[in-house]
Amino acid sequence: MANIRIPTPLRTFTNGDTDITVKGNTVGEALLDLTSQYVELKQHLYNEDGKLRAFVNIFLDGDDVRHLNGENTAINAESSLRIVPSVAGGFI
Amino acid sequence: MTITLNSPPAEDVQLNNDEIIRYSRHLIMPEVTLTGQRKLKDARVLCVGTGGLGSPVALYLAAAGVGTIGMVDYDIVEANNLQRQIIHGTSTIGQLKVESAKNRLLDINPHINITVHNNLFTSQNALELAEPYDLIVDGTDNFPTRYLVNDVCVLQNKPNVYGSIFRFEGQVSVFWAEHGPCYRCLFPEPPPPGLVPSCAEGGVLGILPGTIGTMQATEAIKLIVGIGEPLIGKLLLYDALAMSVDTVRLKKSPDCVICSSQPTITELIDYEQFCGMPLHDQTDEEGAGEEWDITVSQLKDKFDAGDKIRLIDVREDFEWDIVNLPQAELIPMGDLPGRLSEFDTTDEHVIMCRTGGRSAQMLQLLVSAGITKVKNLKGGIRAWATEIDTQLPIY
Repeated sequence: MANIRIPTPLRTFTNGDTDITVKGNTVGEALLDLTSQYVELKQHLYNEDGKLRAFVNIFLDGDDVRHLNGENTAINAESSLRIVPSVAGGFI
Repeated sequence: MTITLNSPPAEDVQLNNDEIIRYSRHLIMPEVTLTGQRKLKDARVLCVGTGGLGSPVALYLAAAGVGTIGMVDYDIVEANNLQRQIIHGTSTIGQLKVESAKNRLLDINPHINITVHNNLFTSQNALELAEPYDLIVDGTDNFPTRYLVNDVCVLQNKPNVYGSIFRFEGQVSVFWAEHGPCYRCLFPEPPPPGLVPSCAEGGVLGILPGTIGTMQATEAIKLIVGIGEPLIGKLLLYDALAMSVDTVRLKKSPDCVICSSQPTITELIDYEQFCGMPLHDQTDEEGAGEEWDITVSQLKDKFDAGDKIRLIDVREDFEWDIVNLPQAELIPMGDLPGRLSEFDTTDEHVIMCRTGGRSAQMLQLLVSAGITKVKNLKGGIRAWATEIDTQLPIY
């Protein structure tokens, strides 16, 4: 079972949980399992066409999956995924 | 990888005896020495924003002896800034932020030059404003300005020392297209308006920008002196609650619209249009559009006339505890989608929040659910407390 770290802006949709254990053999399957556990997350991670939103970055063990095999990147039970969203704050 | 920004310093940039005393803790470090300190004095850094991030950045760069610091901001100091914007003080409330910052920085270090730009950083002025500087520190609060800062840095081949915060979490990186990825390589598109809350809406732990801004200042100083490993090609992720620091690896995107070998963006664009939101995060008064808004004075007239109106406050319960209107009922926005059955389509509704932004989003939800007799309270409870009942607290 891989682990997904949830960033602060999305914790509203995971009841405040920061680390979620997910099933799956690929990044895509893991995200599918995540969004089936927390249904509200789905609209924040995927667009209307079911594609991962461009401003959501998924890192597998520190590497951006866009530079691996995207959602088809294989994972294992030791894999550590994290979602890195764009946040804009700082000034105000 | 050691990347020196502007080495060696110009021959005529020397330290006088007062400066040698001031910077003595730097000068005795073999990584800095007199040469490194002269590089700092020779350096020109532009801080975009003098708020939560810009405060510690500018304070430490000034103290470290960065010779020229430019400050861009358009705002004035307000009491609710002081929980985190430590460059300003109670005595400077009401002053221009750039003037307040300038006076504080020159008090810390009179040997440096401070240039203030009391403007919004826009596509029209950004290239000219940034031109004299070697490095830009992004301390902004909104997506359009972040893309603008990035594009200026790519077009002028300057490092962009990036920091961003939300509630308890921060990000730091150095985007420098000549040596690694740019901001667009990581975030090719901004989130749609309304999907990601701003700090003004979502809040921020006051000390968080202190931590992140200090990291940005550290990266700027490393780049200027030419020491250490800069955060180029890396994104540092800080979580204050877990007190964890992680670093993920970033790569240049071969499809990047501005820093790839075949860019489609070769000049500044309309960033407000690109992001669908304004170049600032002023949320004092937000609305849903003329057709859907009701002003606080119009609402008061309706109450005074005895009109039957259901006033729904969609803020969180802890915000309700700070201040609320007796005519309102609380349905936090997270609960609203599950409580649509409680709405009678024949009733008149007014939706309110702190400034009118969240309520505008909820109005759309209600309208799409067929509840069309609904208005958005423009400016929210802040406007009510400013214009109708000035005894109420404002937060």
